Amino acid sequence: MNENENITNDPIIVCEDVHKWFDDFHVLKGITTSFKKGEKAVICGPSGSGKSTFIRTINRLEEHQRGTIIVDGIELSNDLRNINLIRQEVGMVFQQFNLFPHLSNLQNITLGPIRVRKMTKSDAEEAALALLDRMGIEDQAYKYPAEISGGQQQRVAIARALAMEPKIMLFDEPTSALDPEMISEVLDVMRELARSGMTMLVVTHEMGFAREVADRVMFFDEGVVVEEAAPVDFFDNPQHDRTKLFISQTLQH
Amino acid sequence: MENLTFTQEIKPPSTKKSPLRWLKDNLFSNWYNTLLTLFTIVLLYFLFKSVFTWVFTQAQWAVIPANLQILSVGSYPREHLWRVAYVIYVLAVLMGLSAGIWKGLNQQITFAIACIGAVITLLPINVNTSVRETAVIATTLIAVSYVLGRDRQNLKRWVIIGWVLMFPWMMFMLHGFGENSISTLNWGGLLLTLILAVVGIVACFPIGVLLALGRRSRLPAIRWVSIVYIEVVRGMPLVTILFMGSLMLPIFLPGGFQLDKVLRAMIALTLFSAAYMAENVRGGLQAVPRGQYEAAQAVGLSYPKTMTFIVLPQALRSVIPAIVGQFIALFKDTSLVSIIALSELLGVSDNILGNPNWTGLKPELYLFIAVIYFIFTFAMSYVSQIVEADLGVGKH
Repeated sequence: MNENENITNDPIIVCEDVHKWFDDFHVLKGITTSFKKGEKAVICGPSGSGKSTFIRTINRLEEHQRGTIIVDGIELSNDLRNINLIRQEVGMVFQQFNLFPHLSNLQNITLGPIRVRKMTKSDAEEAALALLDRMGIEDQAYKYPAEISGGQQQRVAIARALAMEPKIMLFDEPTSALDPEMISEVLDVMRELARSGMTMLVVTHEMGFAREVADRVMFFDEGVVVEEAAPVDFFDNPQHDRTKLFISQTLQH
Repeated sequence: MENLTFTQEIKPPSTKKSPLRWLKDNLFSNWYNTLLTLFTIVLLYFLFKSVFTWVFTQAQWAVIPANLQILSVGSYPREHLWRVAYVIYVLAVLMGLSAGIWKGLNQQITFAIACIGAVITLLPINVNTSVRETAVIATTLIAVSYVLGRDRQNLKRWVIIGWVLMFPWMMFMLHGFGENSISTLNWGGLLLTLILAVVGIVACFPIGVLLALGRRSRLPAIRWVSIVYIEVVRGMPLVTILFMGSLMLPIFLPGGFQLDKVLRAMIALTLFSAAYMAENVRGGLQAVPRGQYEAAQAVGLSYPKTMTFIVLPQALRSVIPAIVGQFIALFKDTSLVSIIALSELLGVSDNILGNPNWTGLKPELYLFIAVIYFIFTFAMSYVSQIVEADLGVGKH
């Protein structure tokens, strides 16, 4: 699956020397990279390495302070119109799901299409039910987030992001808050999404998933990309000592 | 492990107690509890005995029915009371239609009000015939419009427009026009209390929400204006604000321009409560986790849409008890307008007691007025509990 026929040569995300500080703390120290349409990149690294901050700069949940980020031909700047345009192109899935607790699962999914894409309610609901079906939880449509399991909540969150028909999906540790027996149901959905040709940036500690699905694995440490390679090379033949240490630590258990 | 079977379902141990057992456990568990119980019983006996004796044998309740008109509308001229009746009829129709269309809470509230109407209709005491007549017509109107409005979703928009137009229409109707107009100084009693309270509640809510959002704004100008407004208003007693509205505002306004006295009281009450409302709402806003804002932004919602659809619904439902507390306080605070010579429900008691026929009947009158206040505030508190249950607060 790694020789993905969906990948084209056009980069959809281009990052040039991206820097970010939290007060005095230098989180991202000049990230330069690009992602192609249809590419699946897994981003890993120890906590505090800047990997989450990096993918959050791509839909401007975090503002970068130096360098340029261009997503689908639109540069991320302080121009609000650009930001809202990009956010419609980029879906995001959070570690803590962040579903809207006062809305039913169906309403969580239809909110964006109705309020941002100006879809009619019936069209949006039809599309949402189809997405829930794809996630294998169509019977949970009229329940509230608090009434379903964590794995189901995360699948609703994925459906919510997909409902905006994004070109890119960002996953910020999507399985880290889940009970072990629920991780696979979320990973299954992500595998299916990968097969459909979606461009995906996934921050995760699930190395099995990385090996199986990723076209490229990026290893972050202390705000820089220490190493990036195809999964085969990355796991079996890491070049840097820090990468070797990280892999040995994560694969031990 | 294959042989592991569940024998039979075991019921939890019963927690029900026989009444005798309950008495023993709760009231007579040992010698000092027994003593305390007996002492309390004796105390309650004497307390209730004196209260009941007063209420049923000594109190002269004749003061209430004789002054029912003053208590309900103050010195509103008798020959113009049809105006009040008309306002009630239109309200009855709107409530009936809303109950029919929206069901749920609307239906329960309307039903409760219709019950009050029915009780007044059937009241055994000798009320004014026109009061009875108004109650009969209003109750009938509620019932008829409820039946007409049932499941008529296409009427929704018109009913909402009706509610919006209700306030200006009511003011116009009560005030009249031309030579026959009735000065707002004649408005009084429960009528004035309700008008002030409803206007204050409806108007202070949106202003309070805007101030709360303003106080959390990233724009310094908006933030500072909100902070200064909230802190200054919270630092002043309502009485001061009422005095300023009543005495100082006319001095500042350009010559000849007159603002109606009741209107000034409405503005003062609204601006006062808005500051408190803002702080209640801000408490709710702070309880909404950051992830909610991020998720809303990630879906592409703009700031106003994020607030309208995601943040405010969650913020407001978490502070319903505080908001309703503020509404109840506002309802009772309307009694302070008597210091600027407006005679609302409590204020009219002075007019009544000034009549030589009724001197010395303060306890009867005040107790009755207290009961009226209690009925309304308890109703507000009860409705808020239903709203919370309807919204599933604490569940999802």
